[in-house]
Amino acid sequence: MSEQAHSKSHSPLPYLLTLIALLILTAVTVAASYVNFGSSTVNVIVAMLIATFKASLVALVFMHLRHDKPLNSIIFVSSLIFLGILLGFCMIDVDSRERVYPTGLRQVDPPPGAAKTAPAPAAPAPAHH
Amino acid sequence: MADTITATHISGHADHHDVDYLHDGKGLKSWLTTVDHKRIGVMYLWSILFMFFLGGVFAMLIRLELLTPKQTIMSAETYNKVFTLHGAIMVFLFIIPSVPAALANFVLPLMLGAKDVAFPKLNLFSWYIYMAGAFIAIAAMVTGGVDTGWTFYTPYSTTTDGSVALMTFAAFVLGFSSILTGVNFVATIHNLRAPGMGWFDMPLFCWGIYSTALIQVLATPVLAITLLLLIMERTFGIGIFDPKLGGDPVLFQHFFWFYSHPAVYIMILPGMAIISEIIPTFSQKTIFGYRAIAFSSVAIALVSFIVWGHHMFTSGQSQLASAIFSFITFFVAVPSAIKTFNWIVTMYKGSVAFNAPMLYALSFLLLFGIGGLTGIFLGAVSVDIHLHDTYFVVAHFHYVMMGSTVIAFLGGLHYWWPKMFGRMYNESAARVSCALVFIGFNTTFLPQFVLGSRGMPRRYYNYLPEFQFLHQLSTVGSWILGLGFLIMAGYLFASLRKKMDAPANPWHSRTLEWQTASPPITHNFHEIPTIGGGPYDYYRPVGKGRNA
Amino acid sequence: MSSHSHEVAEHRFRQHHFVTADQQLDTSKTGMWLFLATEILMFGGLFVGYGLMQGVYPEAWVAGHHHLDRVLGAVNTVFLLCSSFSMVMAVHYASTDQKSKTVMNLGITLAFAFAFLAIKYIEYSHKFHEGLLPGRYFRLAEVGGPPQQAMFFGFYFMMTGIHGFHVLIGIILIAWLMVRANRGDFSSAYYTPVDLIGLYWHLVDLIWIYLFPLLYLIS
Repeated sequence: MSEQAHSKSHSPLPYLLTLIALLILTAVTVAASYVNFGSSTVNVIVAMLIATFKASLVALVFMHLRHDKPLNSIIFVSSLIFLGILLGFCMIDVDSRERVYPTGLRQVDPPPGAAKTAPAPAAPAPAHH
Repeated sequence: MADTITATHISGHADHHDVDYLHDGKGLKSWLTTVDHKRIGVMYLWSILFMFFLGGVFAMLIRLELLTPKQTIMSAETYNKVFTLHGAIMVFLFIIPSVPAALANFVLPLMLGAKDVAFPKLNLFSWYIYMAGAFIAIAAMVTGGVDTGWTFYTPYSTTTDGSVALMTFAAFVLGFSSILTGVNFVATIHNLRAPGMGWFDMPLFCWGIYSTALIQVLATPVLAITLLLLIMERTFGIGIFDPKLGGDPVLFQHFFWFYSHPAVYIMILPGMAIISEIIPTFSQKTIFGYRAIAFSSVAIALVSFIVWGHHMFTSGQSQLASAIFSFITFFVAVPSAIKTFNWIVTMYKGSVAFNAPMLYALSFLLLFGIGGLTGIFLGAVSVDIHLHDTYFVVAHFHYVMMGSTVIAFLGGLHYWWPKMFGRMYNESAARVSCALVFIGFNTTFLPQFVLGSRGMPRRYYNYLPEFQFLHQLSTVGSWILGLGFLIMAGYLFASLRKKMDAPANPWHSRTLEWQTASPPITHNFHEIPTIGGGPYDYYRPVGKGRNA
Repeated sequence: MSSHSHEVAEHRFRQHHFVTADQQLDTSKTGMWLFLATEILMFGGLFVGYGLMQGVYPEAWVAGHHHLDRVLGAVNTVFLLCSSFSMVMAVHYASTDQKSKTVMNLGITLAFAFAFLAIKYIEYSHKFHEGLLPGRYFRLAEVGGPPQQAMFFGFYFMMTGIHGFHVLIGIILIAWLMVRANRGDFSSAYYTPVDLIGLYWHLVDLIWIYLFPLLYLIS
């Protein structure tokens, strides 16, 4: 019995339901972006959670991972894990660098005498807002 | 799967059955359009050997320049370009494709009892991409050269003149070739093992190549995007890596080493994989600790992804990150040591034959021991602060990259040469050449450990007069090394002009690639082999093994 | 479909080094997923760089994203989601021997893909006009605000550009599928190319699902 013969029995209804869910979630993301959840971090987390939910729907239904061999899911998930490793270690470095000794990365005044194309102040102080 | 095999499946293409792959189709066109993994492997082999020659010439020039403390044969600017090209060629054009794309391409399907790799056309395509990358790299050399070092560190690489963008693009293209090879091998090992061959019935070479392919798939894309960002940085001045524009040059190093540290294991794992084949064959003994070696390959592959920061201890990376990376780095030693102990124990009470491949394997054990142990020095933050960017580092990675990977590659080349070309080379000449390479290598790089620990910085054009003796020793070593390679080229080419004389199984190995003719027929096996035992069952009488 | 014609299709498309068509299909799918994993990691590298720099220059990121039109972004999201749906329907019809519906759904997918690129074109030309260009071509004097917006637009053009390039490749592949489907190459016994290119197209959609909130919806 081939994999291809299997999918014959599937009705296309789940695909339609998935599309509707994805469209609703898109509307929710856009709506959520107008809401202030207190801090921009929370907003980003909300947006990323919704995106991840959408992405999971696409992967499981449209990309057939729920019926596919586990190997393909493993490949998919491991790519995300390794991405997490890249992000995680870079964040450990960037976040802890400032605390130990300031590198001045966040203050980007041009070095004295350096030609700068931008006439505007290099680092906007909070007072600008 | 096994029950689906019927005689009709096997007996297709009866017309090709008795022609070996070298004679199945004549002329250049039959090679350039082939999808046979063996021919593609051979095309890769000649391409990388040419690149090895080119990179070797640059290496000899570097050593020659360093014969005297001041200018010897070239200007400082030329020197910067020469060592950059040596590094870039050896890493991207030789070592990374050497074992996987050339040797494994040829051997892996044979070892698995398959007719070909999973995607033969993709395999050929990846060779063309490799060639395209090679031509772009050569174009970059001709049109101005590159003086950044093979690591392309920002902000120097975004500000210096020369063909940095072109060279970076070459590495980008070569990365795709490497990715496609990796995809191909993972799919091959998952799906094309002969009926009855479980994961633990595979030769250990396949485990090593599998781990390598995983790294190629998971790490190379990050290099691709990093290099693309570098090109954009040069073209548009985006500023991500440029501190002047508020960017973070250390981020480039993170991205670069996220690939390039695992890439070190793309280079060494296939070398280890070859050693795991040579040692049981020439000891005529079952490998000791099959599963330990198999799992340690995968373990090395996985750990390789979380240690990259040990290249950046002095880069301005945070101390917290350095401490974590340093700590994890020591874990690499565990699977490496497991392998080394298992190889040594495999030889114990075996009937060891000292043919050329085995001599290379024994050299590997010694040189990898030195390379690995000095790596522990460099993995410790406090020691690395002093040794970073000195000749100690140069010596360390040459012991691992050349002393281990290249030596293992040469071992594999001598091991499979009769299978690939159906001809035996001159054994005595091979032993002499191996001895010269071993002596030359150590004469070249052992003094560099001393130089480095005394404070000689790497990549410097001039040096203090008190370093001259050790530098000269190193240069003399490079000449011995060159002589060894010259002899090797001589007897290998000479063997190609002989009539085909290699028996199917000259080393009395038990793995599947030796159970077919030398050179193999186009479809590898007359019948798809069925597997009934392990790949190293030397305790069984010949003919009563797995393929009886 | 009779079992005889199944065998014919199997025989016609099975390559010699595979024992069965099932083995061939499994292998192709694994290969495709491995390739998709490399795509995820490649885009992922950009996401990581983008996220880290957003942490360093949150003001510049917020200022930069105000120049993006979230309505157009949302419309494009809808286009890609719908194209993903029509693509999966094309796979479904190919697997059930419904040739004309396969071709039609591939056509719908193409139409959405072109619509996506058309909107991207409108957005890009708008940005070029306003001086919202990457890196040193960013016209800060005209735009005003934090200078690191130049970096934000560097990321914006890199991310949407590479994504757009993938859409373009997808268009070529889907057009090729249409030609083959119309020729009658695919049946329930063999529709691997539709399946694989479908996977690719969904990945392009999946990446946009992340790109949209990351670029357009920062508050």
